[in-house]
Amino acid sequence: MMRTSPHVVKPTPLQLVMLKVAGALLPGIAVYVYVFGAGIVLQLLLATVTALLTEAACLKLRNYPVKPFITDGSAVVTAWLLALSLPPLSSWWMIVLATVIAIGLAKHLYGGLGQNPFNPAMVGFAVMIVSFPAQMGRWNAPLSLLSHELTSWQQFGYILTGQLPQGLAFDTLASATPLDAVKTGLTQQHALPDILQGAIFQAGWLPSEMGWIAAAYLLGGLFLLQQRVIQWHKPVAFLAALLAFSGLFHLIDPARYASPLFHAFSGAAILGAFFIITDPVSAPTTPLGRLIYGALIGLLTWLIRTYGGYPDGVAFAVLIMNIAAPFIDQYTQPAVFGRKRGSVGAKGGKA
Amino acid sequence: MMSWQDAKDIIYNSIWKQNQGVVAILGMCPVLVMSNNIINGVSLGLATSIVMLISGAAIAAIRDFVPNELRAPIFILIIAALVTMVDLLMNSYVHDLYLVLGIFIPLITTNCIVLARAEAFASKNPVSQSALDGFFMGLGLTLVLGILGAMRELVGKGTLLSGIDLVFGPAAQGWVIHVIPAHYNYQFLLAILPPGAFIGLGFLIAGKQALDRRAEARAKAAARLAPPPAEPQAAS
Repeated sequence: MMRTSPHVVKPTPLQLVMLKVAGALLPGIAVYVYVFGAGIVLQLLLATVTALLTEAACLKLRNYPVKPFITDGSAVVTAWLLALSLPPLSSWWMIVLATVIAIGLAKHLYGGLGQNPFNPAMVGFAVMIVSFPAQMGRWNAPLSLLSHELTSWQQFGYILTGQLPQGLAFDTLASATPLDAVKTGLTQQHALPDILQGAIFQAGWLPSEMGWIAAAYLLGGLFLLQQRVIQWHKPVAFLAALLAFSGLFHLIDPARYASPLFHAFSGAAILGAFFIITDPVSAPTTPLGRLIYGALIGLLTWLIRTYGGYPDGVAFAVLIMNIAAPFIDQYTQPAVFGRKRGSVGAKGGKA
Repeated sequence: MMSWQDAKDIIYNSIWKQNQGVVAILGMCPVLVMSNNIINGVSLGLATSIVMLISGAAIAAIRDFVPNELRAPIFILIIAALVTMVDLLMNSYVHDLYLVLGIFIPLITTNCIVLARAEAFASKNPVSQSALDGFFMGLGLTLVLGILGAMRELVGKGTLLSGIDLVFGPAAQGWVIHVIPAHYNYQFLLAILPPGAFIGLGFLIAGKQALDRRAEARAKAAARLAPPPAEPQAAS
């Protein structure tokens, strides 16, 4: 990272990491704004403010110094991931509630930064989709597919007040997400090629316009890899497993199983691969453990998407594997230097 | 007979110090499942209390004749017989509630709290103490179930005492308290679902410990303010 000016205050390593992660999300956010409109900016803002307030309140309650922890940036990254996971035009209270749960419940009740066994953003998302399935399914169609114009101010207004301009109902803006459309179509016994004729799937060589956003996340992810903020194990294992399983079943029956490209560039797959499962706190730390962890999240994501009740499975797959992380760590301890695996050194292990 | 002080000790121990729900953390299965509203929680808690009252007395009465090696099956037989009675009574008098509580009434037999009090208290103490201990241990659990039920119901649906008509008949339907007016259709499903029970119980346990700690700190502060004792205090 190039820094020219003589900065008086040098950011801490953690701040720098969080700054890079937030920066790596920017291309994705830019494409998101292009596809869905500026509503997401307000969601990000609401999430950030709520996260900082919740963080400060929790630190105060726990008698921790507020300033060093609140400026580390981790709460902001959690908040941004949450805002990017919720429907872009969802009501303001949803992102606020989700962020309070993520920071207050999933992070601070478990002991704060570095102690949380579950990924806070995914806990927030899971709580929302379990508690408010109807509201969480209210995605609007990409702007290019709308017959009406929807200005940024109208989007902000809808998020804050739930009021759309005269003569406009949300139903005219609503559209199933690609994963949702495929899931619903398949349960109604339509063949996949017919389902993919839908307007939402016409976006060049990527499966949908959401795929463009995913491609931008991929760009950010590669930047993080290049900067060594994240390591390759988890994203590669995750994507490899997701592509392998979806590819295998797509070969067997292309009318019922979506293609690997569709799986990789729909839903939260890319965002998850580079920004969510790479959370170092709630994942295993050994190299082999990371590979197993990523691959199993990929497999679970595909299983939940294909056979589960929810259209996307990344959040639940991450939470399930978070539980398994200490277990994976214990059984993938590398050999102590100069000893064979399983000999005295390795035996102690991590209890 | 027991002294008033003994009785007070037993009651304090049962309701607060060794509360089976938030201190011993026994019998989690019914606590987590049946605490989705006040009525379910309190009903199941009271049914358990009655079983524990009678089983405590019965087991204490025969404690000298029970061979040590056979005590567990004998205790369970007595408890199971009592639970069957409660089960039949509830089936005939509060049938609708009986249908809601379902399998959790017969399962009182296997509730660890009942057997734990039989084993730890009733098999070693006289009849009246055992009956008192059993009943108040049950009431301590009922308290936890009631508070947890109220929390989950309030956060989950914005009501209190929903389902009260199951106990007092259709006339009681109007007694349900809508803290958040019904026409808002307020719902926060997480609190009603099992995760809500775990999270709520966690808050109750933390709250109880916080109260204990505050009481301890106050006692310490009071001791410091009190005039110094005649001889130097031991460092403790």
